[in-house]
Amino acid sequence: MLFWDAILWIFSPDRLTGSSPLPLLIGQHLAYTLVSVAIAAVIAIPVGYLIGHTGRGREIAVGISGAARALPSFGLMLLLVLLIGVTQKPLAATIAFVILAIPSILAGAYAGLEQIDRRVIDAARAVGMTEWQILWKVEVPLGLPLLIGGLRSAALQVVATVTIAGYIGLGALGLPIIAGLELRDFTRMLGAALLIVVLALAIDGVFAVIQHLVVPRGVTAGRVADLRPTSSRRRAVMGTPIEEGRG
Amino acid sequence: MTWVLNNLGLLWELSVQHVVLAIPPILVGFVIAVPLGYLAYRFRLTRGLILTITGLLYTIPSLALLVVLPVFLGISLLSPLNLSVALTIYAVAIMARSVSDALGSVDPAIRQSATAVGFGSARRFWTVDFPLAGPVILAGVRVAAVSTISLVTVGILIGVQSLGYLFTNGFERRIIPEILAGVVLVVVIALVIDYLLALLGRVLMPWSRMGVSA
Amino acid sequence: MFTARNKGRLALGAVVVGAALALSGCATGDPLDSGSTDTPSDTIVVGSQAYYSNEIIAEIYAQALENAGFDVERQFQIGQRDAYLPSLESGEVDLFPEYTGNLLQYYSPDTTATTSEDVYAELQDALPEGLVVLDQSSATDQDSYNVTAAFAEENGLSSLADLAGVSVPLTLGGPPELEERPYGPAGLLEKYGVTVAFTATGDTTVEDLLAGTVNIANVYSADPRIQTEGLVTLADPEGLFLASNVVPLVNADVADEIADVINAVSAKLTPEGLVALNVQSTVDQLSSAEIATQWLTDNGLI
Repeated sequence: MLFWDAILWIFSPDRLTGSSPLPLLIGQHLAYTLVSVAIAAVIAIPVGYLIGHTGRGREIAVGISGAARALPSFGLMLLLVLLIGVTQKPLAATIAFVILAIPSILAGAYAGLEQIDRRVIDAARAVGMTEWQILWKVEVPLGLPLLIGGLRSAALQVVATVTIAGYIGLGALGLPIIAGLELRDFTRMLGAALLIVVLALAIDGVFAVIQHLVVPRGVTAGRVADLRPTSSRRRAVMGTPIEEGRG
Repeated sequence: MTWVLNNLGLLWELSVQHVVLAIPPILVGFVIAVPLGYLAYRFRLTRGLILTITGLLYTIPSLALLVVLPVFLGISLLSPLNLSVALTIYAVAIMARSVSDALGSVDPAIRQSATAVGFGSARRFWTVDFPLAGPVILAGVRVAAVSTISLVTVGILIGVQSLGYLFTNGFERRIIPEILAGVVLVVVIALVIDYLLALLGRVLMPWSRMGVSA
Repeated sequence: MFTARNKGRLALGAVVVGAALALSGCATGDPLDSGSTDTPSDTIVVGSQAYYSNEIIAEIYAQALENAGFDVERQFQIGQRDAYLPSLESGEVDLFPEYTGNLLQYYSPDTTATTSEDVYAELQDALPEGLVVLDQSSATDQDSYNVTAAFAEENGLSSLADLAGVSVPLTLGGPPELEERPYGPAGLLEKYGVTVAFTATGDTTVEDLLAGTVNIANVYSADPRIQTEGLVTLADPEGLFLASNVVPLVNADVADEIADVINAVSAKLTPEGLVALNVQSTVDQLSSAEIATQWLTDNGLI
């Protein structure tokens, strides 16, 4: 019943009027997510590749990622808003989301390179590839599934967290939730919550497809391993690095 | 910084409340995640089901989950129990997967040896699989603990007191050191608990160092 | 090297400890249980909202009661009305600083009262069984519409009615729910014939007004920044807003006991006094306990 009311709320024509029509809120939510993950990727992927390729700096990266994971995004966002200036709210929020997204992407980037069988790299070197060629032609393609896994976790974390932007008046789908709390309007809160879950599932689905597509032809380890009931190899290739905090 | 020095009592009180809110979901989550992780590891059918469902739960935004949960639980949106259940769900989502992965990482040869010397399946699980999987399970517990400690702060939006109070109150009063103190304390508590868990792992599982690299 | 036996005991031990902790965890994790224990009648439980100004008033009540010999327990920062009003009705919390207009709107959303006296009178009827209000203070903390001094001068503004003659497009900023409040854009149009656009500026409305993102801002009347930022509060001759005076909301069982002490506080709490209290919190960054002690001493109440 409550869920039905929430769905009716979502599809009511009233959602297209007012200062914050629902399509605008959805657009804002997606925009914050995509921009933040893209910026985080531009920062984290080169650093991750550097660590993965050289094998140096891993301990530092793990340490910083661990601390970053413990950062409460809500507090970080409010802190940045006051530090950068209230008129720069979108910038402050974006920085908070970028910081949130970096650890997963970084881990995906270096773990993707690290899990490659050393013999493959040695073979590449033996046939005379330069370090750049090894990186681009061997390590990057073989590491892609784990990198996409990292991007996937980052995007899911960010799409969930963008909700708190509503608290500082940046719109997105957190707005109906914050307003609903004050107006004691549970229906709209539930409606917005359902939409966020749908967005998260859609993003998850898109990444699942990409992850499937980017497994280089010939790399079948991921699927063959399914023969074993437990398939730790599968995790190495396809897994989302929720668990990359280990170490 | 004077704000911090003048409010040490408040900071301490909120830190204690924060830890008190964070620990039950981690423990309850662990107790639920072990059997779920076992089922996911043991049977192909339940594996897909459990890992998919926990994976989905993990994608639900905390603020959204806090809104949806009361519908199922029949409790008030603003009840602190609501926050506890939400945090437990996230903890389970993280740990069930790592328990399953951990059990899967046990060398099948060892398991077969145990069976060969006559261990029944229950005894084999508790005396061979579970201890050997321990280090990887612990890694999952550590991730869940850190994430739970950070998430507790969101509870302030539904009126549950924690270090998150410093965020909203500091923002209202425009006191930057107050928010900063909150952020730093959350990170420090998370890192301390993470360290204690690692230490506990070393004490309880002296074989960790072999296990992790395997 | 380890023996299977030791491992077994260890693992079993871990599970037992884990389960025991989990069970105790369930108990502490359930605040409904721990919270509903009966409070001894000689202890007065004072609550407050998650709003710094409200917390200061609650602390003043608490210290005044302590000075009068009562045992006081503080349950501050209990979030929204949906959370704390049930605790007041059940007797878990005995005393709470409230605002007449907002509280009346909670119990009768369709109220048409706007003046301080009407709101107070109507509130007494609207309260559920078991809850009463003591004397209201003259201090108010209510919604108000504000513009910058420069904007007021340019357009000759002193009242909401003057907005009708402004030629530039008007944008109202405030918390997201304002768009649907009776005193929001719809109320402005109905009472003053003023059409405004709306932007949800959340908790940064004053900054947005100063930055020019919006040109009318919904600010609580006791917010010190109305003075420090030189804002002009537009008069409300048609009664768009409900008057919202600070009022102690009390459980009827203890009302008589504490009335003298709390009414003495309310008698001294003035609009300017409330702004000054807020300044001490936001500008001087004092804690509510320090602010309360200072105020009670200055007013000869302790």
